[in-house]
Amino acid sequence: MGDSEYNAFVTETTIEGADDGPLAGKTVAVKDNISTEGVRTTCGSAMLADYVPPYDATVVQRLKEAGATIVGKANMDEFGMGSTTETSAYGPTENPAAPGRVPGGSSGGSAAAVAGGLADLALGTDTGGSIRNPAAFCGVVGIKPTYGLVSRYGLVAYANSLEQVGPLAPTVEEAAALLDVVAGPDDHDATTRQEGADADYAAAADGDVEGMTVGVPTELVEGADEGVRETFEAALDDLRAQGVETVEVSLPSVETAVQAYYVIAMSEASSNLARYDGVRYGVSGGYEGDWNESFAEGREEGFGEEVKRRVLLGTYALSAGYHDKYYAKAQDARAWIQQDFDEAFAEADVLASPTMPVPPFEMGESLDDPLQLYLSDANTVPVNLANLPAISVPAGETDGLPVGMQFVGPAFGEHAIVRAASALE
Amino acid sequence: MSEPVDPEEVRHVADLARVALNDEEATRFAEQFGDILAYFDALDEVPAVERDADLTNVMRADDTREGLSQEEALRNAPETVDGYFKGPRVS
Repeated sequence: MGDSEYNAFVTETTIEGADDGPLAGKTVAVKDNISTEGVRTTCGSAMLADYVPPYDATVVQRLKEAGATIVGKANMDEFGMGSTTETSAYGPTENPAAPGRVPGGSSGGSAAAVAGGLADLALGTDTGGSIRNPAAFCGVVGIKPTYGLVSRYGLVAYANSLEQVGPLAPTVEEAAALLDVVAGPDDHDATTRQEGADADYAAAADGDVEGMTVGVPTELVEGADEGVRETFEAALDDLRAQGVETVEVSLPSVETAVQAYYVIAMSEASSNLARYDGVRYGVSGGYEGDWNESFAEGREEGFGEEVKRRVLLGTYALSAGYHDKYYAKAQDARAWIQQDFDEAFAEADVLASPTMPVPPFEMGESLDDPLQLYLSDANTVPVNLANLPAISVPAGETDGLPVGMQFVGPAFGEHAIVRAASALE
Repeated sequence: MSEPVDPEEVRHVADLARVALNDEEATRFAEQFGDILAYFDALDEVPAVERDADLTNVMRADDTREGLSQEEALRNAPETVDGYFKGPRVS
């Protein structure tokens, strides 16, 4: 357990930015899987307890140029693998908005830092909901950008084809303004696109939703907890009162989204995490046995249980005889989901659902049954599989616990989701 | 509860992934993997769809650029010898 309030930070620090800029005077928490030159970056893992990056991530450089002061490296589920921030090797983070409950994850430290007033803003990363889930559980705003909008250079990789860096903030406008700073093409990341250059998403936070069509995918509402549904329906009423038309849409493909997400994420993780051999960095397995034995010992010691589980399942899904059954079918499921979203956006400007189907779990509640915890990602993972932008905005409470509303937009439709979300504030 | 996976199969995969496991972990993973893999079986029902991804290759000139210095590259290594990484023996 660390020393910081709510255990929101793995490392507290002060990295001063430029004197002037759009974020001058603002404090920012940076998730601990984003490289900061000279400041250790642990990814919430014992494997990287002493790892000090020799360079800044592009998003960190942009924060500094914009005048922000980085105040800490935020706690997280180990390597981003979890939905509660309880798999961190540095102890769990507490939820400032719901004492005794988890802050969500994997960017739980980032959300807790904002909700608890330890930082004005935060950066998180979202591979299958890891910004939106903690934003919803902590009662703050979080944006998962379109794949390719924000550079991943200097982000320690978990599942490259799914993940994006994005903002968390107390309000939609502040989240959008932080996205404006970090978005845009980067020579160091060939998957970035031109669309984020000269971004002005903050200007879209004007609450003007008159005439907007919001699609509601029935599949993402039906499974939700009753109190969450009631809060969600009340938020839809609020939007309709402001001139929004709501229509039902159907996304039959989301039925296999969680399966497809976990097969793809675990497969990519098994490959990405092969780099932790304890030779160039990380926990050494010693010099007694041969190469393979030494690596296996270091990885046994340095990785926590959820990381081992995912690396092993990913290795299994990619191994001879199983690749076609799991990995190839998961890619088919991904294409199917993309096609479903294409059809839904022919009928609606944005889609809305509860961000999480349940209120925040009690601490310790979800650790024994990994599959049950994976199922709670049902509403967030389809967005990553389809490479789309989404925002979570506070929609109210159920029994005193925060409920988040998710808006999903078409690719590079960040303006539309920012506008829709700002109408609920 | 689904059929657990054979703990020997878990050990085989752990070998491939270069992760040593203790007996307790191998047994627990064998049980959990049974449930998780049974859940993944739903992917068998996914239809094949035609959707052309709107992607283009992104190229850059293959020019030499500044990289890390030797000192920077070695700074995080658990052990180094004469300016090299120290690794375990290969066989």
